[in-house]
Amino acid sequence: MTEVHVRPTPTATTLSALADEVPPVQHRRSPWPDRRRSALKHAGLIALCVLMLYPLIWLLVSSFKPTELIFRDVSLIPSEIDMTNYSVGWNALQYPFGRYLMNSAIIVLGSLLGNLVACSMAAYAFARLEFRGRKLWFAVMLMSIMLPIHVIIVPQYVLFSKLDWINTFLPLIVPKLLATDAFFIFLMVQFFRGIPKELDEAARLDGCGHGRIYLRIMLPLSLPALATTAIFTFIWTWNDFFSQLIFLIRPDMYTAPVALRTFMDSTGASSWGPMFAMSIVSLIPVFLAFLFGQKYLVKGIATTGIK
Amino acid sequence: MSVVTELRRTARSARGEKGTPSRRSLRNGDGKAAALFLLPWFLGLGLITIGPMVASGYLSFTDYDLLQPPTWIGLENYTRLFEDPRLANSLRVTFTYVFTAVPLQLAAALGLALMLDRGLKGLPFYRSVLYLPSLLGGSVAVAILWRQVFGIDGLVNQFLALFGIQGKGWVSDPETALWTLVLLHIWTFGAPMIIFLAGLRQIPEMYYEAAAIDGAGAVRRFRSITLPLLTPIIFFNLVLQVIGAFQSFTQAFVVSGGTGGPADSTMFYTLYLYQKGFTAFDMGYASAMAWLLVLIVAAMTLINFFASKFWVFYDD
Repeated sequence: MTEVHVRPTPTATTLSALADEVPPVQHRRSPWPDRRRSALKHAGLIALCVLMLYPLIWLLVSSFKPTELIFRDVSLIPSEIDMTNYSVGWNALQYPFGRYLMNSAIIVLGSLLGNLVACSMAAYAFARLEFRGRKLWFAVMLMSIMLPIHVIIVPQYVLFSKLDWINTFLPLIVPKLLATDAFFIFLMVQFFRGIPKELDEAARLDGCGHGRIYLRIMLPLSLPALATTAIFTFIWTWNDFFSQLIFLIRPDMYTAPVALRTFMDSTGASSWGPMFAMSIVSLIPVFLAFLFGQKYLVKGIATTGIK
Repeated sequence: MSVVTELRRTARSARGEKGTPSRRSLRNGDGKAAALFLLPWFLGLGLITIGPMVASGYLSFTDYDLLQPPTWIGLENYTRLFEDPRLANSLRVTFTYVFTAVPLQLAAALGLALMLDRGLKGLPFYRSVLYLPSLLGGSVAVAILWRQVFGIDGLVNQFLALFGIQGKGWVSDPETALWTLVLLHIWTFGAPMIIFLAGLRQIPEMYYEAAAIDGAGAVRRFRSITLPLLTPIIFFNLVLQVIGAFQSFTQAFVVSGGTGGPADSTMFYTLYLYQKGFTAFDMGYASAMAWLLVLIVAAMTLINFFASKFWVFYDD
């Protein structure tokens, strides 16, 4: 570093003053070992990235290989692009795989609607309304985030089978319409609290009721939180397996993950190729959500995770 | 506020504020509007969460197979819990999993977050790549992949063969099957890593500057600044990961082909619960199992909260 600061011996009282004027203290080592260190660091990180992604890329590449090659070839470069696995896999089960994707998509859409509407409504109440027992209900909501689903799934199954809802999408969608994904209530409460209260106070003075404040002020200003909710809902619902496995028993109602799993039961180990191909197909929507929604995903985890 | 700190704060303020009538209760509240806005949530809480919880409490004292009406058998399901060797085994498997997978995953997350912190070039790229597995890790597709990768003629053994090492069927050997699942969990360290990264960013730069001026080395700065200020976030991750890990299901289910095998070595508690409830339709026993799970998870969380007094540093 070229700059040399002449400074007095720091004492506790001068420290805070110093912190403002002194540039970050990093000028002890000479630049060369620093560069070598950082090169080493990058090399290590890149090696780790390759290791982390290797199985995924290998899955993708293998989905284009004939099955017998999958068990002989570790390389990430396919010798030829062969779509047979995809056409075989698509039609290997009782229904074409598109049907299962469609079923997954229906459940995702219902869950999106539920989480966006019902959770944001509840979040508005917790963030902005004064009512008796607010703290208590808020605590109940927080605890429900941590409640294991297993303690309610058995009676839920009994309830839904009494209602004749087994083998329909209702057990998977209706709870979402009733804001049972409390994690998103929490996420939106966090976001709403950051919106200046002056805005809704001004709106109130202009005669807006809570309905209009929620619709016209809070929601439009909360698009990032809504986007985060939408992307997480999409990915988690698409990946969900436990409840879909329990509530969807007839093959025509299977979702993509449940159908994938029957691949393993019905076809045995002989058809890894087609199974890999359909695995890739079922991962593509999640991957796209990741690709286009990264910013919101990262922000979402960070803001609900810290402070 | 994270869920955990928020809970802590709520509990504390509930204790402290008792007796003093708040300004709120004197003012005209928004009770009616709140009731409307919370209507879906209240319905869900009653019908989907608390109602079934009560029902499951009741069912745990009955013999119920879904076809015949439940018959009251008192504590029999609970006494069966203690005599069931497969249940004891599933607890052992689950605890082993939780106590290895969670700390290892968090250590990886923290280590990588520290490496990526403070203006490393290419941070967004590394962050994305390392985060991707945690989005895909819970899927059936990745579990299927795992089953192949650690199979007898899977990817791992093909690599080992390049070095002339004869591998074994990692998922079909009771000695190693569970560890492939632990590895899968560690592989998804990206999500807690992002929380750590965000936490590191919250530590004011001036602390480090001051310490550097005082002559503190890198190790000392880590031990005296970074680590203490990060403990609330480590705690948050720990609590949530422990709760989550006790409920792991998909990976064990798919990797073991739904059996929890070989030799019950991947029989997670939830997998056993699923088999009892939804394969054998022993709903009463499954309900008792579910309540035992709630007790265990609650106890682990309480222990965590209690132990946090000794190692978590709160700035406020």
